[in-house]
Amino acid sequence: MAMLQMSTNKAAGSGGGDGQLAETAVKSSHKEESYAGMVVRRFKKHKLAVAGLVIMTLLSLGAIMAPWIVPHDPYQVTEAFEAEPSAEHLLGTDQVGRDVLSRLIYAARVSLMVGLGSVLISVTIGTVLGLVSGYFGGLVDMAVMRVTDIFMSFPQLMLILVVVSVVGPSLTNVILILGFLGWTGAARLVRGSVLSIKQMDYVKAGVALGLGTPRILFKHILPNALAPILVNATFGIAGAIVSEASLSFLGLGVQPPTASWGNMLTDAQSLTVLTSQPWLWLPPGIMIVVSVLSVNFIGDGLRDAMDPKSLK
Amino acid sequence: MLAYIIRRLLIAVPVLLGVTIINFIVINLAPGSPVEMMIDPNTPPADIEAKKDALGLNDPLYLQYIHWLVDVFKGNFGFSLTTYQPVAQMIGERIGPTVTLMGLSFIVGLAIAVPLGIISATRQNSKLDYLATGGSFLGISIPNFFLALGLIYVFSLELKLLPSGGMITLGGDGGFVDRLKHLILPVLVLGTGIAGKKIRYVRSSVIDILGQDYLRTARAKGVREFMVVNKHALRNALIPIVTVIGLEVPILLGGAVVTEQIFSWPGIGQLTMGSIMNRDYPTLMALNLLAAFMVLAANLLTDIIYSVADPRIKYK
Amino acid sequence: MVNQELAGRQPLLQIEQLKTYYPIRKGVISRTASHVKAVDGVNLAIYPGETVGLVGESGCGKSTIGRTIVRLEEPTEGRILFRGDDIAHYGSKAMKQVRSDMQMIFQDPYSSLNPRKRISDILAEPLLVHGILPKEQVAGEVEKLLEIVGLPKSYKNRYPHEFSGGQRQRIGIARALSLKPKLIVCDEPVSALDVSIQAQVLNLLKDLQKEFQLTYLFIGHGLGAVRYISDRIAVMYLGKVVEIATTESIFRQPKHPYTRALLSAYPVPNPHLRTKERIVIQGDVPSPANPPSGCRFHTRCPLAMAICREQEPELKGAQHSVACFASEA
Repeated sequence: MAMLQMSTNKAAGSGGGDGQLAETAVKSSHKEESYAGMVVRRFKKHKLAVAGLVIMTLLSLGAIMAPWIVPHDPYQVTEAFEAEPSAEHLLGTDQVGRDVLSRLIYAARVSLMVGLGSVLISVTIGTVLGLVSGYFGGLVDMAVMRVTDIFMSFPQLMLILVVVSVVGPSLTNVILILGFLGWTGAARLVRGSVLSIKQMDYVKAGVALGLGTPRILFKHILPNALAPILVNATFGIAGAIVSEASLSFLGLGVQPPTASWGNMLTDAQSLTVLTSQPWLWLPPGIMIVVSVLSVNFIGDGLRDAMDPKSLK
Repeated sequence: MLAYIIRRLLIAVPVLLGVTIINFIVINLAPGSPVEMMIDPNTPPADIEAKKDALGLNDPLYLQYIHWLVDVFKGNFGFSLTTYQPVAQMIGERIGPTVTLMGLSFIVGLAIAVPLGIISATRQNSKLDYLATGGSFLGISIPNFFLALGLIYVFSLELKLLPSGGMITLGGDGGFVDRLKHLILPVLVLGTGIAGKKIRYVRSSVIDILGQDYLRTARAKGVREFMVVNKHALRNALIPIVTVIGLEVPILLGGAVVTEQIFSWPGIGQLTMGSIMNRDYPTLMALNLLAAFMVLAANLLTDIIYSVADPRIKYK
Repeated sequence: MVNQELAGRQPLLQIEQLKTYYPIRKGVISRTASHVKAVDGVNLAIYPGETVGLVGESGCGKSTIGRTIVRLEEPTEGRILFRGDDIAHYGSKAMKQVRSDMQMIFQDPYSSLNPRKRISDILAEPLLVHGILPKEQVAGEVEKLLEIVGLPKSYKNRYPHEFSGGQRQRIGIARALSLKPKLIVCDEPVSALDVSIQAQVLNLLKDLQKEFQLTYLFIGHGLGAVRYISDRIAVMYLGKVVEIATTESIFRQPKHPYTRALLSAYPVPNPHLRTKERIVIQGDVPSPANPPSGCRFHTRCPLAMAICREQEPELKGAQHSVACFASEA
């Protein structure tokens, strides 16, 4: 009984103290910062990521406004074949006399469309499959994971090449193929996060409160799994840009006359172009490297900014 | 342990079957049936009808699939539509060069990545660290084909030091030095990609290990920093590096297609590109199966190595 | 005494021969080799308005019972009668109706609140999903809930990470109260909190019980908290209940040797009240995958007899039930 007495006394003596004490402690250490605010603040510290973001913003603006900013019609065939860079054509012209700079700007549209479009598809598929697989477990999980294993067993580029050779090369097909074959990484990632998040008591509380399964999946689990998905998607964009460029370079992606950085490089396979006409292959190659590098930096910055472990 | 290996093998069976199904479906979307392509093209036209009947070309798709699968198991991958050679033979001739290329690229990639990653991790935020990190990002971001073109431009066309393609100099002696010279550029292209990815991986893996308590203990006992890193940390840091080796195989195989195409390297990558251009579906199917098989085997091997190397792994 | 008061009434919750097993998979094809028998045939009745404490070592299955009652774990066997209806195998639709009457408070206040949601959303969500109140009244109800658990209503727009452990646990309690439940399963609600804060949360739970006529199943690790809040206490060992009685009888006259051992390990603050007897049980807790035959405690029991190895003792006695051959003799 002594114990009982003691604890009541103690409780009475310090009644409500918990709330007040902790409140002051909380106020001094937290500046009422939202999660998004914290991510932005930490992202800004990653200088390369900020630089990447600036470059990609400029590139996107250029791509959107391409029709108004290009010096020439990118499809206009002129008689100035393979002209060296000049005041008229800042980056020269290609084999059929089209302005390289204008084509370069238009090609940014292709890269961004492929990057965003295919990742939108692949991340959506991957997220839904990963959520379902991780949350329900059992047979569903096993089936989804085996299918993932199967798709992961094909070297991606090889499978893409084969599918392209069957369905035919085009911008739409490239987006669809990259999208429908690229979901495996996201699926595994989301499944992994779901497996750990579903053990959290707030998910159990949701079940105990009678919230429906879709609500728990999409309103409680998904928002907490979003950080790795976003990082994965960013790196996915970089990967898709490279894949499109490689496919187009090999003649199996975006078809001329539509300009893509990859297909602008195709001609560099001839030794004359490679040795004596660097303006034809260097600019698109540099654009690919710069944009992929920028996106990768953004991904790295996001990963650092959203990683709960690296609280700087 | 044995049960674990058997289990992994058993899991691989349905996956491999799935691979064959997807392969079959994809190729079936193409004009012409894969079974049809299995017929020896030297058969006289009169016999073809009979053969088609015998092969059950009018059977439902799943029966055709089973037929094809049985053939594959017997090692009969059909005949190439372009060279009329048995596909198995064509692949057999070309697998050697690709394995050489991939293996060397792998070794070169790791030889660059492991020391750079360790230096980067032990001197965090130094100039060297930034340089290594920047280099690794460049390695990840530069597409194989652009790097290949750049290297050819510099080393073959401008400096005229190295050949721009092929496996041996035509009409040359085909000796060791000659072969080595032909290997350098393609290996550098594929190795750069590997190194780019692995530098960051080695770095974070070593940083993780260096923060562990048992290393602090080693330091507290007065073990020199060099020994701490190379004796105590490295061994444990290398385990996670080994485990991702298997993941590189599909990427290397994909990279081999582009790289072999540019350097006219007579391996399965170049064969893949040729088969795609010529719509040589029997060859493509076999190549895809082979690639998937290699990936599965690599994954299996890594899992087994991992379980041996890391005693904490449970064979579940 | 409490028990006599309750004797004539219907239990709010009655579990009968409840078993919750987890499969252990083994071998090449992952067949189920055996089971971890976390809960292995438990009978327990909880009457309206009372608090039943559930104590035992970690891993004895006390938390699993709580989670099985609110159907976070699937029962393997047995009945869970809630107001007379067996809810053990209710589908999710039928269960949703029951859930508003049966809530849970979790152990870890840090993982029990969704870090991406504001407090107002956390408290409003169950109200909206169950359609308990018209939308325009929800905001007011959220403020009321915060007030009930002793938090300023101005906190409603904050995120969980802005609160201390004790405050978070108050929010967890408010969330459990939002649906106006009859029964609340408290799964070690204070064991993750600082000692100074434990008493406040316990007092809050007591006050709320009076105010809203709540019934608690209070799962606890520390005997102090369980003793303070419980009317009756059930002692568990290795998936079984070995003794149930009023708090007073358990502490005054523990009958099961395991209960005595538990109590002797519990520090008594007043040196004059300390008993000389100190029972230390030998050995480790056996694996719940392969519990000992007969009485599960016989491997460690100082009083073990031949019969204990062969037969399983039943829980006997109306007021003070105990499952032990030695105490019968």
